[in-house]
Amino acid sequence: MHALDALEERIVAELRAVVDPNIEISRNTDISRDLGLDSLTIMNFVMKLEDAFDLSIPLERLPEIQTVADLAKTIRDIQAKV
Amino acid sequence: MTILEKFSHLRVAYEQLRSLGSDPFTVRFDGVLSPTEGLREGRRTILFGTNNYLGLTFDPSCIEAGIEALMQSGTGTTGSRIANGSYDAHTRLEQALADFYGRRRGMVFTTGYQANLGIISTVVGKGDYLILDADSHASIYDGARLGTAQVIRFRHNDPEDLRKRLARLPQAGNKLIVVEGIYSMMGDTAPLREIAQVKAEAGAYLLVDEAHSLGVLGRQGRGLAEAAGVEADVDFIVGTFSKTLGSIGGFCVSDLPDFDVLRVACRPYMFTASLPPTLVASTLQALNRLQSDPGLRARLLSNSRRFHSGLDRLGFRLGADATPIVAVVLEDRDLAVAFWNRLLEAGLYVNLALPPATPDGSAILRSSVSAAHTVQQIDTAIGLFAAVGEELGVLSPRPLAAMA
Ligand SMILES: Cc1ncc(COP(=O)(O)O)c(C=O)c1O
Repeated sequence: MHALDALEERIVAELRAVVDPNIEISRNTDISRDLGLDSLTIMNFVMKLEDAFDLSIPLERLPEIQTVADLAKTIRDIQAKV
Repeated sequence: MTILEKFSHLRVAYEQLRSLGSDPFTVRFDGVLSPTEGLREGRRTILFGTNNYLGLTFDPSCIEAGIEALMQSGTGTTGSRIANGSYDAHTRLEQALADFYGRRRGMVFTTGYQANLGIISTVVGKGDYLILDADSHASIYDGARLGTAQVIRFRHNDPEDLRKRLARLPQAGNKLIVVEGIYSMMGDTAPLREIAQVKAEAGAYLLVDEAHSLGVLGRQGRGLAEAAGVEADVDFIVGTFSKTLGSIGGFCVSDLPDFDVLRVACRPYMFTASLPPTLVASTLQALNRLQSDPGLRARLLSNSRRFHSGLDRLGFRLGADATPIVAVVLEDRDLAVAFWNRLLEAGLYVNLALPPATPDGSAILRSSVSAAHTVQQIDTAIGLFAAVGEELGVLSPRPLAAMA
């Protein structure tokens, strides 16, 4: 398995706070499918990440995000633009 | 399975709901007798979930205005305003709404849903930003999806969070903040004064959807912006005719001098048939009634207080302070479904609201109070909530001393 980079580590750490401890989380975990989270929990999780990185993830970009790695990529893209 | 396979999770959830008794999607009234009473399975049912805030659906003058227009102008317009032209009544209604709000311009849509869809998708575009309260109504989210602006959400009713999110955005690009006067599920109001302050500091625009607050809040019944004293900071007011005004349709009023350009830019306005004259006429008359009879609003207010404090005293967890929307928040979904079924069997109709349509994943019994409810109906409803609440163990049995 791919090692996590620092950004992915951070995302996984935020997910651990809301996910059942027995569920494994890797960079290829599908955030909405594999973790048993409802849409509200996911929204709050995204808002927390936005605060942690001081950026906004526009709603229309959410469909492109499935896995932890996708999310890290989107955050990196947004950071690069600011 | 078919092309609809992707909805299998919805089907499962729906079947589960049905297995527990009646369900809101199939409740059928054989007759509606008044703003507050319907006939269901042969028995009278008190209606507490209709958004009929001023009880105008059976107002004789509104009915008469509707009939007259029906006889004079026929059943429908059979086309859109841009294709078939406006009827005199459309323009009069737009003027009446603009006058009521003290605004320069008004525009009428075929539903409130389309008003949000049209305005929100059109006034901001590429390179602009839409900043939505996270608990916004579906019509606001859908407007955001139809448009091309970037969409950002802020935490529900949290002006500080709004400020923070606005600060993250680049200078360039217009920013439109969207909030609601009264939130439809919990009945809470937006902290509009603080939001207007943040809006002014950020140089943004502000839209308030007064769907549930028109005719309810403010000295003249113009809604939350009036009640909070910040009308000058609100750039767009959106609303609906389907609640307080007792018909159907939506509107937007504004002071923007070039507002009328929306008539040739806003697709949900341009490409759908306009409101039939009969609905326009009864809406106009309902707006007259709202303005000429402040007693209606006074009655609504006192009814809301009575119902809210009755449920509060019983010990229910309620969504917000007394507005006409009173939300009883229950432990879980199954309990809410059982409670709702028992109330319906006992002759009381309220709204069952379940996640994901509710904020914070809560299961809610949502009531809306009307000026047309009698004191007796309100007390009967409170009594039924008490009885079912005790039966289902939501309330502890009342000590005798408290029942006096
Ligand atoms: C907050 C809010 N906005 C807009 C609408 C849409 O109104 P209409 O029923 O007229 O389409 C509703 C009601 O459904 C609502 O609750």
